Amino acid sequence: MRFYEFECKLLLAKMGVPLPHGGTASTPEQARQLATELNAPVVLKSQVLSGGRMKAGGVKFADTPEEATNAAAEILKLPIRDQLPVCVSVEAKAAVAKEYYLGVTYDALAKKPVMIFSDMGGIDIEQVAEEHPDHIATQHFSTLVPYTDFRAKELIASLGITGGELTALTGIATRLVRLFQQYDMTLAEINPLGKLEDGSFVVLDCHLDMEDEARERHQAVLDALGISPDETRQGRPPTDFEIRGAQVDAVDHRGVAGRVVEFDGNLGLVIGAGGGSLTIFDAVQKYGGKPANYCEIGGNPSVNKAMELTKLILSKPGVEKIAVIMNVVSNTRADIVARGVIKGVVESGHHPAEKISIFRIPGSWEADAFKILGKYGVEYCDRSVSMSEAARRAVEKTGA
Amino acid sequence: MSILIDENTTFIIQGITGREAVNMTRECLDYGSKIVGGVTPGRGGRDVYGVPVYDTVREITSKERVDGSVLTVPPAFVRDAAFEALQNGIRLLVIVTERVPRAEVAQIVEFADMKGARIIGPNCLGIISPGKSKMGGIGGPAANTDQAYRPGHIGVMSRSGGMATEISNSLTAAGFGQSTTVSIGGDAIIGSTYAELMPFFEADPETHAIVIYSEPGGPMEAQLAEWVKENYSRLPIIAFMAGRFMDAMPGMRFGHAGTIVEGKQDTAAEKIRRLNDAGISVAEEIAQIPELVRQRLNEGKGQP
Repeated sequence: MRFYEFECKLLLAKMGVPLPHGGTASTPEQARQLATELNAPVVLKSQVLSGGRMKAGGVKFADTPEEATNAAAEILKLPIRDQLPVCVSVEAKAAVAKEYYLGVTYDALAKKPVMIFSDMGGIDIEQVAEEHPDHIATQHFSTLVPYTDFRAKELIASLGITGGELTALTGIATRLVRLFQQYDMTLAEINPLGKLEDGSFVVLDCHLDMEDEARERHQAVLDALGISPDETRQGRPPTDFEIRGAQVDAVDHRGVAGRVVEFDGNLGLVIGAGGGSLTIFDAVQKYGGKPANYCEIGGNPSVNKAMELTKLILSKPGVEKIAVIMNVVSNTRADIVARGVIKGVVESGHHPAEKISIFRIPGSWEADAFKILGKYGVEYCDRSVSMSEAARRAVEKTGA
Repeated sequence: MSILIDENTTFIIQGITGREAVNMTRECLDYGSKIVGGVTPGRGGRDVYGVPVYDTVREITSKERVDGSVLTVPPAFVRDAAFEALQNGIRLLVIVTERVPRAEVAQIVEFADMKGARIIGPNCLGIISPGKSKMGGIGGPAANTDQAYRPGHIGVMSRSGGMATEISNSLTAAGFGQSTTVSIGGDAIIGSTYAELMPFFEADPETHAIVIYSEPGGPMEAQLAEWVKENYSRLPIIAFMAGRFMDAMPGMRFGHAGTIVEGKQDTAAEKIRRLNDAGISVAEEIAQIPELVRQRLNEGKGQP
């Protein structure tokens, strides 16, 4: 889960990392007040969940409160990658002498966190790694032994840094690791970290990502930031349809039937599970089908959950038919999904034989499922028909 | 032969009294697995289908050989259960539980390295060496398992538990049995990657080819491609790549925790390019896999 820059700075402040003076404004008037209080030239930045703000026009400088008011008004109505900012930050403009980079993330192959330092901040770290490998230093560290100052000192000194600069950078790096570990971050990055003309350091921009799986463990800090549990913070905000899909999944704790992503096609998909859904979605598109949604069912969901998911998908405008396809199931019962789906179709006021283009869930309890499906005249198949072939038949029946 | 487990492997189940764990115990026993005990704190003295339940791992390891453990405890207890098993000398852990934060997975893996132990998972369905033993829910009830899995010469590794069975089933239907199928897990950090399991298959004379199921997200496919190039593997590899549609949707998570496109190297297209570059065949759909296996074996590769 990605944080807005101003949220990142609030978290960094808790760790004692030095930040510029300033705050956030939701209106141009608030921006004027902040600029007046700061009594100095300011920088205003759009608070959106994507990079490239400078290029998109989401960062502006202002010398007077009047200029700050106008800049805030422009930024607040400028969408960046289809997202309007939640607010604009107003900070005293720093007199930067040099920019550094500090970052912590996981290395999935080493299976350890890795600390990255560069004396070329302000540009994309991958570009530094490619073009100036001698200006970047990396260091894996243990998750069992505490990360203490000497590790950061060794890393930073390896690029030839010494004196007061080394001491200051060491303290910031160690605090960043502490933040990374304490809040289950998957990425904690300060870029750029500015060294000012007076020799002090200040965070100019930063990026934090918290592990979704760990969100519940940090509810208190998320509450304090005003982040509600249903804020997904994915590539784009969830649609109403997707929010209702999440509600279906939360109906009871038995299995999964939800995790819906909305598309604008005519073929509703009741598919599973994790890998199966990816495989089936690809197959539907390959045969020219237009999916109305992505979803996941698995882990033996209840009849009720399968029914509610079916009703949700059928309620979406433009859905002509649904396809019910899964990989060979081990613990999910085919008969339970069959009952849920049929009930959902009937309760939506349709005939199962007409609305269900194909049912392919081979594996446990398939014989019972086939009996139920046969009774309603629904087309079904066993494992001798591949997932891809089942998808092709569904597309053929539904039309593009 | 097989890798990781065979008919002599003894294991325990941590969290054995949970609803899904009780079913899994039954399914493994029916398949012939040797489950020597289960652990649920506070439930010592009971039994699950004749398997004695203990409060601690040590009560079991102090009196008999335990080769492995299946962990099916809730996410908040996984680290503790794993440390308990590792501290008591168990060398193979299958972590079934989903939603374990990667900070804790990293700790478990680091401690396992210190103890010389291997981790499979988290977020996996386990390991099966068909006809010998299965460790975890992979394949489901014994009758269903027998339908999908047969003893044979293909090693299977899959980031999806369900697709491990789908692929093995398609191989079985075409007359190709499996030496061992491993559901390696769908998380961003897992105990054993494809490349880390390759040396086991490479050393198993009964394994003649490998099939993998892969997805967008993470560096594991690139690591396998590098491993194959550097080690002159004798084993032909056939890959299936799901989630091609995700390339157009960066930043969105689908299916598994580890399945997200964050950069170019995470995309299905880039992974397919790297796999092909290393001589790995990439199937367009599951149904093509057996034919590709046949072709690659006919080229004469795969023999030990």
